[in-house]
Amino acid sequence: MTTAATMPETIMIDVARYHPEHDEEPQYERFEVPYRSDWVVLDALNHIKDQDDGSLTYRWSCRMGVCGSCGMMVNGVPVLTCAAFLRDYLPGPVRVEPLAGFPVERDLVVDLKDFIGKLSAVKPWIIREEETPLSEGEYKQSPGQLADFKQFSMCINCMLCYSACPVYQHEEEFVGPAALALAQRYNADSRDEGNAERYPLIWSDDGIWDCTFVGECSEVCPKHVDPAGAIQSAKLESTVGWYTSFLPLGRKRD
Amino acid sequence: MVDTLEHDILIVGGGGAGLRAAIAAAEESPDIDIAMVSKVYPMRSHTVSAEGGAAAVIKSNDSLEDHFRDTISGSDWLADQDVVEAFVREAPDEMVQIERWGCPWSRESDGSVAVRPFGGMSIERTWFAADKTGFHMLHTLFQTSLKYTAIKRYDEWFVTRLLVENGRCQGVVAIELLSGQVRAIRARAVIVCTGGGGRIFQFTTNAAIKTGDGMGMAYMAGVPLKDMEFVQYHPTGLPGTGILITEAARGEGGVLLNNKGERYLQAHDLGEALDVNDERHPQLRAMELGPRDRLSQAFMKEEQKGNVFRDSEGSYVHLDVQHLGEKKIEAKIPFVRELAKNYGGVDPVYEPIKVRPVVHYMMGGIDTDIDAATKLPGLYAAGECACVSLNGANRLGSNSLTELLVFGARAGRNASIWAREHPEFDSAALEQQASAEQERIADQYINNHDGKERIATLRTELQETMEQGCGIYRDEVSMKATTEKLAEIKARFRSGIQLDDHSLSFNTELTSALELEFMIEIAEAVAHSALERKESRGSHQRTDYVERDDEAYLKHSLAVHSEGGPQINYRDVAITKWPPEARVYGRDH
Ligand SMILES: Cc1cc2nc3c(=O)[nH]c(=O)nc-3n(C[C@H](O)[C@H](O)[C@H](O)COP(=O)(O)OP(=O)(O)OC[C@H]3O[C@@H](n4cnc5c(N)ncnc54)[C@H](O)[C@@H]3O)c2cc1C
Ligand code: SF4
Ligand code: FES
Repeated sequence: MTTAATMPETIMIDVARYHPEHDEEPQYERFEVPYRSDWVVLDALNHIKDQDDGSLTYRWSCRMGVCGSCGMMVNGVPVLTCAAFLRDYLPGPVRVEPLAGFPVERDLVVDLKDFIGKLSAVKPWIIREEETPLSEGEYKQSPGQLADFKQFSMCINCMLCYSACPVYQHEEEFVGPAALALAQRYNADSRDEGNAERYPLIWSDDGIWDCTFVGECSEVCPKHVDPAGAIQSAKLESTVGWYTSFLPLGRKRD
Repeated sequence: MVDTLEHDILIVGGGGAGLRAAIAAAEESPDIDIAMVSKVYPMRSHTVSAEGGAAAVIKSNDSLEDHFRDTISGSDWLADQDVVEAFVREAPDEMVQIERWGCPWSRESDGSVAVRPFGGMSIERTWFAADKTGFHMLHTLFQTSLKYTAIKRYDEWFVTRLLVENGRCQGVVAIELLSGQVRAIRARAVIVCTGGGGRIFQFTTNAAIKTGDGMGMAYMAGVPLKDMEFVQYHPTGLPGTGILITEAARGEGGVLLNNKGERYLQAHDLGEALDVNDERHPQLRAMELGPRDRLSQAFMKEEQKGNVFRDSEGSYVHLDVQHLGEKKIEAKIPFVRELAKNYGGVDPVYEPIKVRPVVHYMMGGIDTDIDAATKLPGLYAAGECACVSLNGANRLGSNSLTELLVFGARAGRNASIWAREHPEFDSAALEQQASAEQERIADQYINNHDGKERIATLRTELQETMEQGCGIYRDEVSMKATTEKLAEIKARFRSGIQLDDHSLSFNTELTSALELEFMIEIAEAVAHSALERKESRGSHQRTDYVERDDEAYLKHSLAVHSEGGPQINYRDVAITKWPPEARVYGRDH
């Protein structure tokens, strides 16, 4: 902890800048911003944009760690910049770069089309053979059944795990931590019967078997989704239950 | 020339309302083609931050009639009763539907969905997914929407205006952020689902994207903005950041204390303070579970009496949940703990949380009818940007998320019927309008190097004057000053904005300028509507007109855009079965 006496008045922020219309390579630009112990890195970026350089480009929205927009590399580590306090980076400078492993669109903005495509590919919706009429009310689900998948449903799609994943850095085809956790979220939901439809992708060469279980994804995940754990469960499921994939619809724990 | 795209239905906004509308349209007409245009990826929409829950009658001890009555009295009788009747009737099926789509609702031990008490509700009827309800609803809707191939998304496209020709809305103009290209998107029906505009205030729970764009667009296209003077202050935001501490914290038993350690709400006609260990605590429709307008007003009164705490971030009171214990806090309100620890500097298991009132929600919005239609044919609106007159002068917590579903679905279905019946376009005229809009953006911003005004400066001045003139308590003098200040800001805006960024790709400074343009428009609508309403009702409290005046103001205000500023008209409230009464909390009447 820094005491008030040693608290600096300003802090240096080194930001990676890249403009597709005129840059070949990213350049670093240094900004001096007021230091406030309750400021997060995102506040510093907003200060720069408002006061110094309106062309600084990055995504943000909620400023409360739930919309998933503001993931960046801060001093080389993928974090949510709205949850990364300047006080933890004293005395600075603080290096801010776009999330590693993704093509950069401009400054701190990365391309997430590949990621969105992977989310969609795991069929993240409830699949059932039959629907009962709405008038029959909600599907029953015990607190225990909810607990089976709840953790995997907490993902905010911030992509920090992809940035940290050594496999994804080399193999773009890898479905990746968050999307595999999402598949597991539905596979483990007692209301869903779609496991067999999701298995071909998650068991494919680009699915769970690509994962070398380094566990970096779970380390950096700000929402404790534990994608590594999800992949581990999916691996177990695939060895004990692969034969059920020949049945039209898998059954869940009651 | 502007590239033109075409769809049957175009939805502006990918939050809860927009996604629900898209799915409803896809299910109504399987052969219809739907575009969803959003300035952020749908799962970044602000619905994601909703915490506490969504109300709908599901338990056998509850009734539609009670939900109706709670909503009407919560609204201070300014809600349209036919709308509220339809809402409470359709809410349960909508909530069951989103459960079927996989929303991870918290459960009772028998597997049924759990409900919790919420402010102003006479019984526990708020469904919740711990304290991340909006997050789970939004992700469930987004993920479910992925299975409908009829829905084509334009993620990170910023809509700048509506295309209106021949008395019909026929599409929008939008900027594709990545390339910076301006495009026209023709559509047979347009549904605006752009959310609220809390960012016109300085201190708000609202995300950066909540700048009221859709309200501004509809307003400038000639559609009135209804009941804009009604702005909800949530009683419990974190000082400094304005981050919300959900009402669920009080629903689970949290209490509010002033600097004397008193449960001060009892001094403000909200009932009697029961001991936190009394099994009747928390009491419904009383004390901490009174409605938000009354609780925020009580804070202001305590502040006047000097009964609040003060520090470098201003004044605050304590929200104490310690007696719930760590286990319950972790089970029911874990996000409250996370937020209080990260942003409030306290662990609520061991200390009270500092809170104060904060701008949270706009009851007003685009004037829509019970079918989610506006008076402009082909244009629909739903969600926080719309005012279908469900919430009146004060929204009850947890009615809004349900509103997104009920009226989002209505909008989607009705727009698809309209689109089927009106296939033709006035193509040449639309193209011309789109070119004119492209030129405007180029001249006013991209190619303008003479602007002097900085966006952040004007935005801050706007937010300050709104806080001063249109806060929790209002009077003629301060509101007048605000309307004058807004006129000045508008003039300065028009004299030219100074951009540092004149490039095309991902120009977020340009979008901030366009957002500020909308913010100025809707701020004017709020301030003028407030100035004209010479009574106190719900969230609109005037120190110079302290009583509710049903004789003169049992009416919706309608702000109509004009060059000289908003013109304010009125329309009667629809009263089907419950004429106005005194609004009583915390005691029988
Ligand atoms: C912190 C917080 C907590 C809340 N908790 C609750 C609760 O517990 N219960 C409850 O009932 N209500 C709650 N509310 C209120 C409720 O969450 C909101 O009213 C509701 O989510 C709004 O949803 P929406 O779909 O109308 O808009 P949003 O979710 O805000 O979505 C707006 C969409 O419009 C798009 N958009 C906007 N402008 C443009 C443009 N120019 N071009 C293209 N796209 C555009 C955005 O990209 C976004 O996709 C809460 C609100 C806040 C702020
Ligand atoms: S799993 Fe965690 S790190 Fe990965 S996208 Fe989801 S929330 Fe982010
Ligand atoms: S701004 Fe939403 S997660 Fe950081």
